[in-house]
Amino acid sequence: MSVDVTLPVLKPTDFASDQDVRWCPGCGDYAILAQMKKIMPTLNIPREKIVFVSGIGCSSRFPYYMNTYGMHSIHGRAPAVATGIKSVRPDLNVWVITGDGDALSIGGNHLMHTIRRNLDINIVLFNNRIYGLTKGQYSPTSPLGKKTKSSPMGAIDNPLHPLSLAIGCEATFVARSIDTEIKHLGEVLMRAAKHAGTSFVEVYQNCNVFNDGAWAYAKDRDTKAETTLELIHNKPLIFGKNRDKGIRLNGMNPEVVDLGKGISEDDLLFHDEKATEPSLAYLLSRMRHVDGFPEPIGVFRAVDRPRYDVAINEQVEVATKERGVGDLDKLFNSGDVWQVA
Amino acid sequence: MSTTAALDKSPALQKQVLTLDEATVRFCGDSGDGMQLAGTQFTNTSALMGNDIATFPDFPAEIRAPQGTLAGVSGFQVHFSSKDIYTPGDTVDALVAMNPAALATNLGELRAGGILIANSDAFEAKGLEQAGYKANPLEDGSLQAYRLHTVAMTKLTRAAVNHLELSQKEKDRCRNFFAMGLVFWLYDRPLEPTLRYIEEKFGKKPEIAQANTLALKAGYHYGETVEAINTQFHVPKAKLEPGTYTSIVGNTAVAYGLMAAARLSDKQLFLGAYPITPASSILEELARHKNFNVLTFQAEDEIAAMAATVGAAFAGAMATTVSSGPGIALKSEAMGLAVMTELPMVIVNVQRGGPSTGLPTKTEQADLYQAIFGRNGECPMPVLAASSPADCFDAAQEAWRIAVQYMVPVVLLTDGYIANGSEPWRIPKYADLEKIPVTHPAPGASGEKFLPYTRNERLARPWAVPGMTGLEHRIGGLEKQDVTGNVCYEPGNHEHMIRVRAAKVEKIVNDIPPQKLDGPPSGDVLVLSWGGTFGACATAVHNVQAQGKAVTHCHLRWLNPLPKDLGDILKRFKKILIPELNLGQLRTVIRAKYLIDAIGLNKIQGKPFSVGEVVGKIEAVLAGDTTSTHDDLANWDYKPPTKVAKQSANQGG
Repeated sequence: MSVDVTLPVLKPTDFASDQDVRWCPGCGDYAILAQMKKIMPTLNIPREKIVFVSGIGCSSRFPYYMNTYGMHSIHGRAPAVATGIKSVRPDLNVWVITGDGDALSIGGNHLMHTIRRNLDINIVLFNNRIYGLTKGQYSPTSPLGKKTKSSPMGAIDNPLHPLSLAIGCEATFVARSIDTEIKHLGEVLMRAAKHAGTSFVEVYQNCNVFNDGAWAYAKDRDTKAETTLELIHNKPLIFGKNRDKGIRLNGMNPEVVDLGKGISEDDLLFHDEKATEPSLAYLLSRMRHVDGFPEPIGVFRAVDRPRYDVAINEQVEVATKERGVGDLDKLFNSGDVWQVA
Repeated sequence: MSTTAALDKSPALQKQVLTLDEATVRFCGDSGDGMQLAGTQFTNTSALMGNDIATFPDFPAEIRAPQGTLAGVSGFQVHFSSKDIYTPGDTVDALVAMNPAALATNLGELRAGGILIANSDAFEAKGLEQAGYKANPLEDGSLQAYRLHTVAMTKLTRAAVNHLELSQKEKDRCRNFFAMGLVFWLYDRPLEPTLRYIEEKFGKKPEIAQANTLALKAGYHYGETVEAINTQFHVPKAKLEPGTYTSIVGNTAVAYGLMAAARLSDKQLFLGAYPITPASSILEELARHKNFNVLTFQAEDEIAAMAATVGAAFAGAMATTVSSGPGIALKSEAMGLAVMTELPMVIVNVQRGGPSTGLPTKTEQADLYQAIFGRNGECPMPVLAASSPADCFDAAQEAWRIAVQYMVPVVLLTDGYIANGSEPWRIPKYADLEKIPVTHPAPGASGEKFLPYTRNERLARPWAVPGMTGLEHRIGGLEKQDVTGNVCYEPGNHEHMIRVRAAKVEKIVNDIPPQKLDGPPSGDVLVLSWGGTFGACATAVHNVQAQGKAVTHCHLRWLNPLPKDLGDILKRFKKILIPELNLGQLRTVIRAKYLIDAIGLNKIQGKPFSVGEVVGKIEAVLAGDTTSTHDDLANWDYKPPTKVAKQSANQGG
């Protein structure tokens, strides 16, 4: 851990606010909060420069539990609030904490536009595939046929896949992790924090009250090696308990292949998070357990692109350089003027 | 008296020159005919000549409605005078009609005996039919009540520019300059300002610049030489307060006011906005002035514009947003967040005709309820309104001053009429403007817990800005415990906080000056008005005062809270008349607050009041009339309109 000598050394507990955490016992949110507090002291950013912004939903209580600056705003609007903050204060480290309903349903428009602008903020989406705070209605990520209080005969809306959406908006940093994979989660959050541009992280998060086990296949010790695949930059896509399966490209389509039997690692798809074209990352985001694929976790995409928060302030600098600091008297008198004696 | 234009004069023609106190000219034509440009040039020239001016641009919502149709008519009215004026004029002295549709829709405004200049080339079969004329009105004697001048503007313009290498379309597009030239001669205005404008605007396209110049001069010469037009009018300078003046429209004045307020408070100006008629030009104006430390964020929608404004306020900027009624409706939830988080910001609503999309380019005052009441919960916001184009400059600064003094979001209401209308603005010196001090708490002592909801004597909480050590705190839309700002669901605390937020707004009365009255402190009728109707009401009251009537004008700047002394003022008059461009929104507020049975003069036609309408109602009230325009609608004997205008079915908005 490298720490700037001028900064006090902080511990994870220094990032805990004095408020009681009020999520249900056993909620996946606790693990995410713990990882966040853990990475914070290692970021080398003074605590007073950190701002957590959220919308509405269980996950959106998050800012209250962090001893930083924070705003628990309104449903779906956290990316827009964060845009205002980051635009006028690019020196701040801004996080948006959101959920599947908040980010993808009511706030879908803001999410899309914030991602395309590529402000240097970090968006962490807790995906539990259900509306928890309103007590159990289906969400935009609930699978087809999902029976909930508001869909007693099964959900008929085709679900959204957060990473596909983010990549479609040409997000510059896209990653996925799982609430129970705490080491992996911490590393992904750390990478997100370090990325210059909008970082979009989906976390598979269990709602043990209204949608328990939604991610069981990806979290269960016995199945996760077969149902998930850890992405590593420049490495082939290999998975399985015995690391004997891989993903190969067949034309434009991925396919699961067994290693050996004439197929070597070199035949597999190699992960390239730096690829300028988002097509491969998109393809990876489309791999679903229900279709017989392992679901990738890790960093899908990490590329550089100009940032809105930088550009909006650069225009002020350029204008000031070219025209000088604005003179109001001059401006007011710049049109056709006349004197009355 | 002679013209000052540098043109060759024909000595053979001696025309008479009449001096007038004031005159009103309206240019009207198809929305592609350049009438807004003609009006603006005429306005600026008149202002430069020292006249007082007031203008009324009136254009359709469609960028290009089908050519030649009634729906596509665009007009620009200029009132210029040697006396103080407050309105663009009730009736028109000279009307320029570029086509039959323009004549059909505008003739009603031309006074009997007024000058009518018609482009006879456009009065052909198709145009006449589109305007609903069975016969050519220029020829059938139906216009005998006016001084009609039929001018073949298209042919004359073509003749003037014929030798230039331009397409027919480009040549014909110079027609508005011909019309301008003619009217410039008619009212003895110099051409130089317009020639300068042509040079600036079309300097890079010399052929176009030359064509417009030739057309302008051709129109001027035409007026000078044609015998049928035998009188030229002269309107002398007005006696304005000494100073330097420029002609300003309301939206520019809002932008300048916000920029001044930012500098006076030593803040960066942040504008979060989504384009909407008639507010967009404020966004455009501010976007041009980034070297004044102005950040403009064109958001993905109105909601994001408002939410980003809240974020920028939290982060310590002077945060503002501008919109119109439909946009404000979308912003309402985030405006509630601003009230709850007690952050300072300015929200400008340039009102237009509603409800829903309504009349995007027309004026109305029907968002007063929305501004005062239009949010969920007990959600009070201070509301003030600008009274004229130039007043927008002062109102914007006042809005920000109150916002930071009380840590509240403030709504500034203007309207389409003053947003696009112009008047002379006595340019202030920046150094003479009142500073707007802003304080932020200093870094907190180590180990001491920061309390974000402590309050000063105005009940304002500290504006603690991210980046300050020891002041880390969390705010949001959930109810807060006073002092600590922690989430709190206690019944007693909720009622206490509702009271705090309401009291904060009410206490603003202590920082606003006593209400000014124009007229005696007591009398028969008090005309109580607000916003953009100021000009018509002030002029109307002056007219009846001149007849010796005991009538006083009281124009409100603050709508919430209402001035401290307003209750006493209202009691001193026998009748209270409230003219509004809505169904009686201020009247409802006044009746509820003061238990006074005010009378309403109401008009909801997308147009401002004429002075005559207000005078008429004042006289009626003096004579015992106590009725309001749209009272008792439950017993209204509804009848469908007798004449339903034929309009194209696919009009946009």
